[in-house]
Amino acid sequence: MHSAAARETAAALGLELGRANLEIFAETLLELARADGNLLAVTSDSRGSGKLGPFGKALPRQIVEVGIAEQNLVGIAAGLASAGKNVFAVSPACFLTARSFEQVKNDIAYSDRPVCLVGISAGVSYGALGSTHHSIHDFAALRALNNLDIAAPADNREAAEAVRFAARSQTPLYLRFGKAALFSLPCPEQPFARGKARLLRDGGDLAFIATGETVIHAVLAAEHLARTEGLQCRVLSVPFIKPLDEDAVLAAARECRAVVTAEEHMVHGGLGEACAALILAAGMPCRFRAAAIPDEYTVTGSQADIFRHYGLTMEGLAQTALTLAQSSAAQTA
Amino acid sequence: MRNRPNDRGLAEKSLRYRRSVLKWIKDAGAGHTGGSLSCVDILNVLYNRVLNVSPENFGDPLRDRYVQSKGHSVEALFVVLADAGFYPESELETLCRYQSHFVGHPTRKVPGVEQNTGALGHGLSVAAGMALAGKLDDAPYRVFTLLGDGELAEGSNWEAAMSGAHYRLDNLTAIVDCNTLQITGRTRDVMNNEPLDEKFAAFGWAVRRVDGHDFAALTEALEKPLEAGKPSAVIAMTRKGRGISFMEDVGKWHHGVPDDEEYAAAIAEIDAQLAALAEEVPA
Ligand SMILES: Cc1ncc(C[n+]2csc(CCOP(=O)(O)OP(=O)(O)O)c2C)c(N)n1
Ligand SMILES: [Mg+2]
Repeated sequence: MHSAAARETAAALGLELGRANLEIFAETLLELARADGNLLAVTSDSRGSGKLGPFGKALPRQIVEVGIAEQNLVGIAAGLASAGKNVFAVSPACFLTARSFEQVKNDIAYSDRPVCLVGISAGVSYGALGSTHHSIHDFAALRALNNLDIAAPADNREAAEAVRFAARSQTPLYLRFGKAALFSLPCPEQPFARGKARLLRDGGDLAFIATGETVIHAVLAAEHLARTEGLQCRVLSVPFIKPLDEDAVLAAARECRAVVTAEEHMVHGGLGEACAALILAAGMPCRFRAAAIPDEYTVTGSQADIFRHYGLTMEGLAQTALTLAQSSAAQTA
Repeated sequence: MRNRPNDRGLAEKSLRYRRSVLKWIKDAGAGHTGGSLSCVDILNVLYNRVLNVSPENFGDPLRDRYVQSKGHSVEALFVVLADAGFYPESELETLCRYQSHFVGHPTRKVPGVEQNTGALGHGLSVAAGMALAGKLDDAPYRVFTLLGDGELAEGSNWEAAMSGAHYRLDNLTAIVDCNTLQITGRTRDVMNNEPLDEKFAAFGWAVRRVDGHDFAALTEALEKPLEAGKPSAVIAMTRKGRGISFMEDVGKWHHGVPDDEEYAAAIAEIDAQLAALAEEVPA
């Protein structure tokens, strides 16, 4: 995923390569399910992709299989939840959030069934399998629903905490996991809490506001800009796209000279637009760029190819930020 | 239409298709091996005996249509389309690579592909729409779609099945690549959908169950609609991973990619069969 330069930067920051969030999800869920016989995983021929093979073997009575039928998956999850089951409905994010959208809207969100919808291999994790298998619409589609939290963990620690949070949450929730191994983030002791961003690095020249698997690239870009340009960049990890940490976003817009958002999502309707609308409504003048996948026929390639192609890597984000910082310097000069 | 190859000709083609499917999957480092191998013989019969489709007539509104609903078996389709002359097979060197138009599922950027697929449970509806257009226009073309047995759990298939019978789409044929496996295991254990014949019949379809590796039986079932006034369902009994001893009917080969040793063994099996075929006295 990362260039040699990015790996060097990560090493200099002492960041360690962890595992895929998907694996952390599956392990954490198994641990929680062992302690809570009421916890059920519902799958749609997706237990292999969801790393739930061991779960199925260990707790066969706590896994419900519906076959390749994602609409049924969500409906059945809602029904199970109505009887007090603690339900995790697990399916590739692309199908779960598109094919089953109406079930999510009516049976989960509107009917207020506290199901955790787990979108696996999200974003462009399935890279070269093509657009049928990408979920770069999910934030936009789901943000438009009332009564549904949306979270995209950025590293293994956020992933484990998100699953624990989900098991306790009484609000319908969508969790999004990728399948690439992730670096652990330099995270000071900040608790994972609903609607809270985490400040990974402070600075006033520029702010990166990122979510999910792009966060590490923002961290590396901040370090890269510190070394090469002497810029002090703030980095916020935003696991919760909804509810959004409005205070943290507005503070970044107020205190930094420019804001760059980053997300593994189409430019429409995701984190970038959510932040832009918030900042604009607050009447703040702010240099702003949303790094995201543009509204075009998505290029073929692995997740790493796609990130590189659309500037979501350390190099791409640093370039976007630098251009923006320079244009803002020129404007104020 | 091209000269119709005999069964022996098809047998040789299928062996070469299987060899290519494995080569390109190995080369790309990814692919849906089991399901591609299970449908090779079906695609072989379709493209070499049944479909009135060629690079020359692909723009002709009267051509036959093939929609691969089980889009993940794309390697089989790409290899067969290359053999049909839509592009040189060497273009598959770019399969799944950066900026290639050969994505890991069928897309219309690839010459010869009728419809973008990959999310299961879409092909039958689209094929029904194509067939309905043929009826509305009084056009004589036929429409075929290939479904997985696991895929039939998607409810949309049964909505489309209803439409096919309601509109009397006897120009529509649904072929089920019934290898009895999906990703998690046996379809009957994951979400049983048998008896498929009775289900399709109850929806108003003409149904035939055939050996999906028997060229003559497939040809017989596909070359004409099964019954006037009804859509046709051909349930082709196949084996996932067909043709490679250690892949046949083994679930993990759904998207397993052979390592070097397995690849060499698989190619050796195919080459031995090709050699044996060459020895046979031509019929
Ligand atoms: C809507 C949708 N859900 C899930 C998948 C993931 N998936 C790809 S292949 C497959 C199993 C298909 O089994 P089957 O239809 O029997 O096909 P075959 O055995 O021929 O490979 C699944 C679940 C998908 N591509 N689309
Ligand atoms: Mg099957």
